[in-house]
Amino acid sequence: MHGLINRSIQNFLSDSYGPAVWSAVVRQSEIGSDNFEPMLSYPSEQTEAMLNAASETLRRPKNELLEDLGTYLVCHPHLEALRRLLRFGGVGFVDFLHTLEDLPDRGRLALSDLELPEIILLDQGDGHYRLHCAPMVDGAGFIVVGLLRAMADDYGALVLLDHLGREGAYEVLSVHLLDQSYTEGKRFDLALPVGQ
Amino acid sequence: MKNASLTNADMASFSSEALDRLMPMHLLLDGRANVISYGPTLGRVFQHHNITPGKFFDLFAVRRPTGVSTARKLSALVGERVQLTLKAGEDSLSLRGLCQEMAGARGFLLNLSFGIGVVDAVRALSLTEADFAPTDLAIEMLYLVEAKSAVMRELRDLNLRLQEARLAAEQQALTDTLTGLRNRRALESEMHLLIGRGTSFALFHLDLDYFKQVNDTLGHAAGDFVLRQVAEILSIETRTSDTVARVGGDEFVIILNRVEDYDFLLPIADRIIAALTVPMDFEGQVCKISGSIGITLSTNYQSPDIEVLHADADAALYESKRAGRGRATVFQTAPPMAKLA
Repeated sequence: MHGLINRSIQNFLSDSYGPAVWSAVVRQSEIGSDNFEPMLSYPSEQTEAMLNAASETLRRPKNELLEDLGTYLVCHPHLEALRRLLRFGGVGFVDFLHTLEDLPDRGRLALSDLELPEIILLDQGDGHYRLHCAPMVDGAGFIVVGLLRAMADDYGALVLLDHLGREGAYEVLSVHLLDQSYTEGKRFDLALPVGQ
Repeated sequence: MKNASLTNADMASFSSEALDRLMPMHLLLDGRANVISYGPTLGRVFQHHNITPGKFFDLFAVRRPTGVSTARKLSALVGERVQLTLKAGEDSLSLRGLCQEMAGARGFLLNLSFGIGVVDAVRALSLTEADFAPTDLAIEMLYLVEAKSAVMRELRDLNLRLQEARLAAEQQALTDTLTGLRNRRALESEMHLLIGRGTSFALFHLDLDYFKQVNDTLGHAAGDFVLRQVAEILSIETRTSDTVARVGGDEFVIILNRVEDYDFLLPIADRIIAALTVPMDFEGQVCKISGSIGITLSTNYQSPDIEVLHADADAALYESKRAGRGRATVFQTAPPMAKLA
């Protein structure tokens, strides 16, 4: 697993629940080190072990945690760079949904060894979409749910999201877009001011 | 590809709206190089500089191909890779593109782009996705620029952390953990450095006297305490540029650099021994030690060799011990030392 992903989980846990919880997760998951380097790679089992330990330590279902992780990735001020990279995906939320299929390619453009889940979008008309997501960790679809919820807010769109469970190799999500411009959304300039 | 039912002329005519969408940075010129119309994104450039487009050559300098500065030479641009500089503004905005002549020689169509300057242009003109044709890779370029910066930030942070870890590890590898003095490895590398640079130095070998008794009668804790006190004394009696190392249980080595004669070496050695001889108090117990020192100077040797220097300093140290300990001896060149042996 790419260190960037493990590091995101580490930051999510320590930013949201404090360093003590992170230390407890490190102990329980026996991942050895208490710090993931975002530019290095780690065995995938560590990611699973870490998520399971977090769920046990916090006594919260793993799916809920993963959904919060997805929201954290978009909303936390430290990750403004990531929010911006996602916003390059499209002018409006519909555009953004359609570029989700490019997500793994976009990831690889930024970091050639970064693997992101393959996503397939089915437009069922009338604002109804199905997303098929090939999870890299069990329950990754919930991360996508959290991420989409936060991105909808960012774009100012009103959506209903649901995780429909697994179908073969894919986790299936339903997206119901009620209003693409429900609010103004968050401002996005294509280029940052000099020095930022 | 041609379709039989359409002529070339049909193919070439678009509504101005279609042209604006297809090429938001196009420029239409008549045969005399007057601007007939232009795309909306180019319009934002003109607006930004308060320009009312009139004559092409008033607006732009043609940098490539060279020598095109009048309407009569416009046709030289056709089919070429064109590079223009906007005359207005201090930042000399550079645009590149392609020029084609329109059917029936009615004028010229230039399709332009910001090229590598796209990030600055987007920033300066507050451009949005709507200002670019969907075929334009400008947005992907902006995405890449930001992705690259984010990755570079992470890599820089990683390098800083690695650098810190490396320095800490190096420090650890060169330090005697009990006393904080340098260790044998650090000592050897310092001697190599000084010899390599041709810097003169004095080498002290110091053995503690009666240390074994302290260890045996008062225990290891007292022994460790004494060793730390000795480290403190040696650090006080030397300059920060000198090297003090612990190389064995109660064996120390000092390098005093930039020293060429013996005259002030013995006073230093005497001061060290005097300080060592002051009884130390360890949790109410008195620890009494002393020290014997052997000294040699790098300037004694034609080409100083680390092994030889150590051997000679050791010989002088042996002489100090033989003469009753608690004293310093300077290594004498061959004849007198031979007598001692």
